[in-house]
Amino acid sequence: MSLVAVAQSMQFSEPLALQCGASIRAYSLAYETYGRLNADRNNAVLICHALNASHHVAGSYEGLAQSEGWWDTMIGPGKPLDTDRFFVIGVNNLGSCFGSTGPMHVNPDTGKVYGADFPVVTVEDWVNAQARLLDGLGIQTLAAVMGGSLGGMQALSWTLQYPDRVRHAVVVASAPNLTAENIAFNEVARRAIVTDPDFHGGHFYEHGVVPKRGLRIARMIGHITYLSDDVMNEKFGRQLREGLDLRYTTQDIEFQIESYLRYQGDKFSEYFDANTYLLITRALDYFDPALRHNGNLAKALSVAKAKFLLVSFSTDWRFAPKRSREMVKALLDNRRDVSYAEIDAPHGHDAFLLEDPRYMGVVRSYFDRVGKEVGR
Amino acid sequence: MTDHLTMDSIARLVPQGSRVLDLGCGDGAMLDYLQRERGCSGYGIEIADDNVLACVKRGVNVIQLNLDEGLPMFDDASFDVVLQIDTLQHLHNTETMLVETARVGRIGIVAFPNFAHWPNRLSIARGRMPVTKRLPYQWYDTPNIRVGTYKDFEVLATKSRLTILDAYGLQEGREVRFLPNARAGTAVFKFERG
Repeated sequence: MSLVAVAQSMQFSEPLALQCGASIRAYSLAYETYGRLNADRNNAVLICHALNASHHVAGSYEGLAQSEGWWDTMIGPGKPLDTDRFFVIGVNNLGSCFGSTGPMHVNPDTGKVYGADFPVVTVEDWVNAQARLLDGLGIQTLAAVMGGSLGGMQALSWTLQYPDRVRHAVVVASAPNLTAENIAFNEVARRAIVTDPDFHGGHFYEHGVVPKRGLRIARMIGHITYLSDDVMNEKFGRQLREGLDLRYTTQDIEFQIESYLRYQGDKFSEYFDANTYLLITRALDYFDPALRHNGNLAKALSVAKAKFLLVSFSTDWRFAPKRSREMVKALLDNRRDVSYAEIDAPHGHDAFLLEDPRYMGVVRSYFDRVGKEVGR
Repeated sequence: MTDHLTMDSIARLVPQGSRVLDLGCGDGAMLDYLQRERGCSGYGIEIADDNVLACVKRGVNVIQLNLDEGLPMFDDASFDVVLQIDTLQHLHNTETMLVETARVGRIGIVAFPNFAHWPNRLSIARGRMPVTKRLPYQWYDTPNIRVGTYKDFEVLATKSRLTILDAYGLQEGREVRFLPNARAGTAVFKFERG
């Protein structure tokens, strides 16, 4: 029985103060829900999305082929996060380009499209907005908050910003902050976008163009970092796109990997917003809960009350197991309940979106315990 | 080896309400038992995927790590008790891990198959490696990368500057305090830093 997804939207008229000092006066959040909220209203699980995903987490849209949600392997009836037991909420973050208020919308203060003037939003701001969505849905306490990568950062931040509203946090392939190398990759992507002549300082909408060249390159570099050397070699190796003979060309596609990256870049540039890409990668760069504690992560996590499941993947070099272990250690130092699975998978960072039976099994078992706790 | 009597005997060495780190915790049965029967809390360390899954199923905190990398994640004396139940024989760095056990735990408890148990000696005397209930593997197909005796451990403990607080053998779940090196299939040691 497949799950039918229905996109919804909630309007907020009370201004949201942002970490950068600005505020958003009026905004809307796109979201979807799956399953039923129980009478005690305690079986809700919030899913936080990563860089290029949305509130469309699970299920498919009616009559629309191949419209599965981005974590449909994980979430649905009978799946590891079982929507027959839990009320699952997917939410699109502020500044995104999939329905929530973002750079392509009109700024009510100026009557003009935000473009590059959309305020810089942080993981903490997103969590505050998500909390308001829960208020609107009448949910005081989450059974769990879950996310991978940047979504995992939001899940972690939930336990620090709203420690009394989260019982469990499932943090997958994530990190307590980005390393210099990681920020460097983001910066290359941003420079590709910003230096595209079609970017027009972020106000390209009024010129009727899209900085597709920049977006393509941003996506290409991103894609390289989401895969592992092994999986790339296995998938593409040194295969040529056509025939067996070298064509001795410097500008045309020669190798399969080039073709793949160009295809991914083209696809991405058709649907993703350039300003959103800048905003979201910046939110990644800025996230660092230990910063206010002199870099002491254990101190930063001392306010958390949730129980934790952390998962990392052995070949993930963008969000390496080492970074998850730092979070595990900080939780141990605070005597929090924590379990940690380090899955030996070849797929790099992408593994968190794939269906590895060990990964799925651990998450399923964890949610089984959560379900028993909340009487489902 | 985690039958009920054995588990019960080792659990008695763990003070009520202890914070416990169980190295090589298997399916988490021991920690589960300590949590339920002795009001303990803590974490298990496991490398095997199926054991990690079993622990999560039980609701026992488990951290997937390779013990051959030591215990850099854990601070000195951060646990009341560190357990190594049937773990030592699977480690490459037995000596390091013994010292690490005493560093991280105020008390260390180690249990392992005692190779000097008389049926093993008899088998060796006949010229064959023992295959018993306690050491059920053929020599060419065993997960145990080393075997040692009760007496061997006493020597290693002294070398590692550990103070032995209690030591005995376990046989069929009963404590063996007279000639444990010959009469018990399992050696049990409780120790602290010297």
